[in-house]
Amino acid sequence: MNNHRAGYIYLALLLIGVIYILRLLQIQVLDDKYAVIAEKISLRRQTVYPQRGLIFDREKNLVVYNEPVYDLMLSLPIRLKGIDTGSFCEILEIDRREFDKRLAKAKKRSYRGKSVFKKNVSNILYARVQERLYEFKGFFFEIRQDRNYKYNSAAHVLGYLGEINRNQLKKQEEGYYEQGDYNGKKGVERFYEDYLRGVKGEKYFYVDKFGVNKGSYKEGKLDVEPIDGNNLFLSIDIDLQQYGELLLNNKMGSVVAIEPQTGEVLALISSPFYNPANFNIQNRGKFYSKAINDPTKPIFNRAVSAPYPPGSTFKPVMALIGLEDGAISENTHFGCPGYYKLGRRIIKCHEHTYSTSLQRSIASSCNTYYCNTFKSMMQLDKYANTEEAYNSWRNYLQSFGLGAKLGVDVSGEFKGWLMDPSFYDKMHGKDRWSYANIISLSFGQGELGLTPLQMANVASSIANRGYYFPPHVVKQIEGIESIPQKYLIKKHIKVSPSNFSPVIEGMFEVTKTGTGSGVAIKGIDIAGKTGTVQNPHGKNHSAYMAFAPVNDPKIAIAVVVEESGYGATWAAPIAHLMIEHYLQPDSVEVSSREYLETKMKNSNLIPVKYRELQDASLYGK
Amino acid sequence: MESKSRIDIISLFLFICIAAIGVASVYSATSEQGAYTLLEGRSGKQLMWFGVSAFLGIVIFLLNANFFEVFSWYFYVALMLLLVVVLVIGADINGARSWIRVGSFSIQPSEFAKYGTAFAVASLLSSIGVSFEKRNDLLKMLGVILLPAILIILQGDTGSALVFSSFVLVFYREGLTPLILILGLVVVFIFVVTLVYGGVYFSIGVLVILLVFYAFTYTNKNLLVPSITIAVLAILLSMSVQFLFTNILQEHQKKRIQVTLNLIEDNRGAGYNVNQSKIAIGSGGATGKGFLNGSHTKGNFIPEQETDFIFCTIGEEGGWVMSSLTIALLVAFILRLYHLASRAKKKFKRIFIFSLASIIFFHLMVNVGMTIGLMPVIGIPLPLVSYGGSSILAFSIFIFTALKMDATRDEDLISIYS
Repeated sequence: MNNHRAGYIYLALLLIGVIYILRLLQIQVLDDKYAVIAEKISLRRQTVYPQRGLIFDREKNLVVYNEPVYDLMLSLPIRLKGIDTGSFCEILEIDRREFDKRLAKAKKRSYRGKSVFKKNVSNILYARVQERLYEFKGFFFEIRQDRNYKYNSAAHVLGYLGEINRNQLKKQEEGYYEQGDYNGKKGVERFYEDYLRGVKGEKYFYVDKFGVNKGSYKEGKLDVEPIDGNNLFLSIDIDLQQYGELLLNNKMGSVVAIEPQTGEVLALISSPFYNPANFNIQNRGKFYSKAINDPTKPIFNRAVSAPYPPGSTFKPVMALIGLEDGAISENTHFGCPGYYKLGRRIIKCHEHTYSTSLQRSIASSCNTYYCNTFKSMMQLDKYANTEEAYNSWRNYLQSFGLGAKLGVDVSGEFKGWLMDPSFYDKMHGKDRWSYANIISLSFGQGELGLTPLQMANVASSIANRGYYFPPHVVKQIEGIESIPQKYLIKKHIKVSPSNFSPVIEGMFEVTKTGTGSGVAIKGIDIAGKTGTVQNPHGKNHSAYMAFAPVNDPKIAIAVVVEESGYGATWAAPIAHLMIEHYLQPDSVEVSSREYLETKMKNSNLIPVKYRELQDASLYGK
Repeated sequence: MESKSRIDIISLFLFICIAAIGVASVYSATSEQGAYTLLEGRSGKQLMWFGVSAFLGIVIFLLNANFFEVFSWYFYVALMLLLVVVLVIGADINGARSWIRVGSFSIQPSEFAKYGTAFAVASLLSSIGVSFEKRNDLLKMLGVILLPAILIILQGDTGSALVFSSFVLVFYREGLTPLILILGLVVVFIFVVTLVYGGVYFSIGVLVILLVFYAFTYTNKNLLVPSITIAVLAILLSMSVQFLFTNILQEHQKKRIQVTLNLIEDNRGAGYNVNQSKIAIGSGGATGKGFLNGSHTKGNFIPEQETDFIFCTIGEEGGWVMSSLTIALLVAFILRLYHLASRAKKKFKRIFIFSLASIIFFHLMVNVGMTIGLMPVIGIPLPLVSYGGSSILAFSIFIFTALKMDATRDEDLISIYS
């Protein structure tokens, strides 16, 4: 009897053994939920950020480089037990309330088992916390690249990085970015983001229950090495850029210089400008509101965003159109009594010889000549009415790239003002306006607005005798065959090359005997045109457009100095100094230059009411 | 006849296999990767305890086999005294007063108490004239196992006390009426059903069954009284279960039972261990993550992993293959011990070895069962595998004593016939 009792016990034992082995089969082999949960609990993915592409100027001088920033992260769920929060707060220089606040926020915003506790920890703080990090289980650092700058220069061209916003995050197609990533917000950082950013890598590792790294997953088999971003070579000449920024010191205005043969932008300055280092990830928080509240608008990129009436700098364009359209010929003369009479209206001109040729009209900037030219064009027999004539005029301007964006790779480009005939229909009534209503367009006033970039592009087009390449600030992307195709397509001006010669001759006269002769540079043949732009809000804007050398143009330039006075007083000398600096950096003729240079550098043309609202720390001077 | 006194090679082989799995698992569960070797840290200590055990095993084999039988009650009494001493001078570890500090070591007398009790039970049951028919003898048997159990409960270690219920198997094997076992199973059944469905539904269920039963057998008046009695008893039992559960059990014990029965989910509190343990084992897959590569083991997610939850390491790193193999080895070892018991020629030896096998059986069932969520969490080690000097030493001595008894079984014949 006892033997089969023992048998029952053996049976019970075997039964338990079989049940357990089957149960193990179920949870280990048949049900893979536990493997998934285990990985969720203990497997962490860390993004390894690549080096963002460096940015050089056209002479391969390093301009923008990377600097690590440290984000203090925490691994979730966090166990505060065993962490001396007191000394943790002390090291971080925060109080307990701040700690709790950050913790609550971090818990709410967790993403893939981790969350940011404190962003942009300084180097010193990083070193201090890192040293004792083992005491604070669950906290760790994520290292990312912030930008730093070799020069306090070219902020508007370079742009800046910022945390990706929710909209971009949602809209992205490839799913490259994750919350908290940085991407280019402005300037080339934004336009060339896809090249600069590189490819993120990733690292998988296990953590223990405190979130401490316990070694790599599958010996790093799934890890992916990051690929560094492509370096960028700007077409900007950082030396010229800095020189121009120096000349525009304490002025509101802009300079754009273009290499005519290629459309490469050599300098693109908007003044006042901020120090680009003040707008990197670590500093922007501190400086952004200062920049916003500054009445001189240092963030606003005047070079591409601000439309100015071109004033007299427009006259060469008007002459070209007049010649091409048959309104005038190379030999057309108009008499100027010092004004142009339009019914009862008088349009003033300034003192010069009575009879003006085409060349002299440019050299001496005769308003009367262009009023006449414009009037003839608007009344040409080939046009059925003024609207048709206006449209023809407008078409010429459009071929210069006016009234539309040029597509430059700098943020904030504005198309400028070039009105549709319907604008005048609305203003005066359909068919109820004639040349008389729009005569001021002929000398660059009225409903016409060019950005300095467009102005420089006009200079470039004239320098090229009839064509331009869309201006751009990037010369080469390392590892990529070419810059975007659109910058390599030649755009033709609707003016035949032969018509350029008399106009260019006139522009050359400007610096030889005309309005710009007072600030001529010895040894360089410059074709230019001054402009004094009426400004209803204050002093006139000083404008100038030029290219040099006349017969083999290497640089085309446009300068606007707001609320300063005559074109010849400020814009022209600045343009000439820059041309000389670019073409003859080692010129021995220093004496004349030195005077102008000193004058430009030291003059403060910022309206007095604005000066006290400026914060020097923003400019980083 | 010395040549016949041979140790059972199969048992010894299984013992070594299980111990080896244990040392490797303890090493994996406690060592930081590459921080120290197998011979250092807890795995080193575990090896040392097996070394000490081997030495004691040799001593045991040098002793006369009859020594144990003669001194069995002394062992029992000495160990019971130790259980009393631990109540007085014991050190409090993890809320239980189960440890005596000796120099740098702590020993846990409750682990050795099983050994002493096995002697007492074997001695009592093998003495002439003892019978399961006599109430006095039954009370003695109950007393012999209840005394250590109560002393251990007083230490605050209910889990270790429950181990003494494995002697009921021994009593059954030796002639105790199966009604006790069946009653035990019925109590467990009523307990579980009451907790899962509630006392009211249980009572309604019993009454419905009674009515159905009555409807079919109402002609037979003889069945009426007993069936009503059984039904009333069942309902009373169910009510007392609820009383017991709500008023006697401590909060953590209640929760552990509720977690096991899936009545509550508490993966951060009472259910934390079991949940993490299931995740660790479950994530091991068919062949495991590889020795020293268990992410859950390395992450210290499971408390007590090198002791009570050592099976997690095996399951996670060795997968289904190793966890099944470990269970199979332990089952084989227990079956082998049952076989040694059955081939003993002396009743004393048979009962002693049978006690050992039943105790390991109980440990296996409860320990592995809790790690895979089939048993409530009861903190008892997996024999020869879990880390712990007292447990290793006590089980080793227990096993070597049993093997010594088996090795000398032929002398018993001689002594009878000489």
